[in-house]
Amino acid sequence: MEIIKTITVHPKDYLTSQELAEIDHEISIMETREAAGIEALKVVQAHRGWISDESLHVIATYLRMSSAELEGVATFYNLIYRQPVGKYVIHLCDSVSCHLTGYQQVLNAIVQHLNIGYGQTTEDNLFTLLSNVCLGGCDKAPVMMIGKQHYEHLTPEKAVEIITALQNQNQNENVEVEL
Amino acid sequence: MNALTHPLTHLVNLQSPLNLNEYSQQGGYLGAEKALKEYSPSQVLDIVKNSQLKGRGGAGFPTGMKWSFVPHYDESDARSQDNKYLVCNADEMEPGTFKDRLLLEGVPHQLIEAMIIAAYTIGANKAYIFLRGEYHLAAKRIESALKEAYQANWLGENIQGSEYQLDLYLHTSAGRYICGEETALINALEGKRANPRAKPPFPQVAGLFGKPTIVNNVETLSNLPHILKNGPDWFINISPNSDAGSKIYGACGRIKNPGLWELPMGVTIGEVLNTHAGGMQDGLKLKGLLPGGASTDFLLPEHLDTPMDYDSIAKAGSRLGTGGLIVLDDKNCPVAMVLNLLQFFAQESCGWCTPCRDGTPWAVEILTRIEQGKGTIDDIDSLLKLCDFMWIGKTHCALAPGAVEPLKSALTYFNDEFMQHIEHGCCPYHGAY
Ligand SMILES: Cc1cc2nc3c(=O)[nH]c(=O)nc-3n(C[C@H](O)[C@H](O)[C@H](O)COP(=O)(O)O)c2cc1C
Ligand code: SF4
Ligand code: FES
Repeated sequence: MEIIKTITVHPKDYLTSQELAEIDHEISIMETREAAGIEALKVVQAHRGWISDESLHVIATYLRMSSAELEGVATFYNLIYRQPVGKYVIHLCDSVSCHLTGYQQVLNAIVQHLNIGYGQTTEDNLFTLLSNVCLGGCDKAPVMMIGKQHYEHLTPEKAVEIITALQNQNQNENVEVEL
Repeated sequence: MNALTHPLTHLVNLQSPLNLNEYSQQGGYLGAEKALKEYSPSQVLDIVKNSQLKGRGGAGFPTGMKWSFVPHYDESDARSQDNKYLVCNADEMEPGTFKDRLLLEGVPHQLIEAMIIAAYTIGANKAYIFLRGEYHLAAKRIESALKEAYQANWLGENIQGSEYQLDLYLHTSAGRYICGEETALINALEGKRANPRAKPPFPQVAGLFGKPTIVNNVETLSNLPHILKNGPDWFINISPNSDAGSKIYGACGRIKNPGLWELPMGVTIGEVLNTHAGGMQDGLKLKGLLPGGASTDFLLPEHLDTPMDYDSIAKAGSRLGTGGLIVLDDKNCPVAMVLNLLQFFAQESCGWCTPCRDGTPWAVEILTRIEQGKGTIDDIDSLLKLCDFMWIGKTHCALAPGAVEPLKSALTYFNDEFMQHIEHGCCPYHGAY
């Protein structure tokens, strides 16, 4: 049975030694294993791009908690991806300061350029588009975050330029972008 | 700009924050040294109480008083052996608020020094910085500052020979505004869903892992090294006619020079908006503003002379909140702005209690209708009723009342605009921006 097989995978057979080391560090700074949950999800996501059901089961097993409980945590947070995402996840701020300074036009330009809406991924699996609450760059609004990078003072043209630059960089296989 | 006039920001360097040596050469860690070597914890507590420092996280609760609620047990009592915790709230997700980011990215050692002082005072040996997940640069800079602080024995065992031990860790979160509410934050740190907890018991008595816990905002804590170094009287005299100390004020919207400024507590709204933020962009007029983030009531141009301190802003009918102005101009639709705010609160509601879980999306539905010109006069009544259902005392935490503040005040101040939408069957601003 598929499900049984999935839950019985031993965490040490599934998680890489690097993932285990990073999760162990998080466990060591908390009082309970469970308290490392969110950081553990982030560790695995950083290495694998998203949290699959299998990853979720394995992390829960490793933290000695139920998968259902960890799923409750994972789905609570918008920065944990429970579905596959593109290589670049665009987090466009849709909160009030960005709303006042041209968010809608920036969104329209991105949607038109990539031909996807919120929650969707481009066919080449390069971009996923998500909204984000205030990114803390309200004095430089509108703002978006791609990977770890914040892009500020956006205009529709500038947003498309940034995305085009990433598209070009990716066609040129050798250039890796720091995320 | 110097250490006495701009204590919080004079060492801020966003390009490349001071490392431990540089920070120490500028007087850094002297406050912590004084606390650990010259004072007992209860003496530091008295200093902080005397400074009249109030929390900068939004509610303005006196910091010294909050700390004094942490129970102290005799050594004979087993509970005296229990851990206590200090947590820095660096979740900063209130729309229109970006002040803590400046301190986190620009002068991370100041926060570490501050946390040593606070943790020593309340008797905590473990402390956490709870950082929102999107602040990647801050995370990197805090991690490297923490490493330096451990190497220089400002963290770890027997700090600077004082026999005091403190371990300080960084926890990076993964989104959701509600994590900034202090009891939700504690649940999040425990690895649980970040729903707020019922109070009492208050975290000061039973918080993280059931143990006494103090949660303080980044800006609140960052004042401590300076209060220790320069004394409570100096702190009070920064702003003799207002709440004690300086405050990092902000402004954003379609204004000439959006940004952040550390100013004495109690400068007027007009001073921040016109002197520092340069006033409105050309061709635009001031319509209204939220004085302290998304969850504060609107104020009007007639309120520009109001001092930005807790009492004065409250008297004007709003809250100082986080001290960041969100400025509405006359070419942005007030209904659309309120709709955007309510969408935020509806999305970020944790879903625990009915008035908020159901009320915020309901408000969004009605506001959408009005903004699209399909609203009726009854919709205004329904919105007012919702404001009542979601008010303080009827919800499990302060998120829903925070949503009511801009909504209810907009219904009062921008009644004409709401009525225009309803009577004309369209948004009068449509296409203006
Ligand atoms: C929905 C909600 C979100 C909050 N978010 C934050 C936050 O991001 N940062 C913060 O310092 N306080 C936030 N607060 C306030 C905290 O609950 C708490 O009052 C504060 O951290 C206490 O720190 P202080 O005493 O230093 O002000 C929030 C409150 C609510 C109700
Ligand atoms: S008021 Fe909203 S955010 Fe607060 S507990 Fe209730 S549902 Fe959750
Ligand atoms: S509202 Fe977009 S960065 Fe703050």
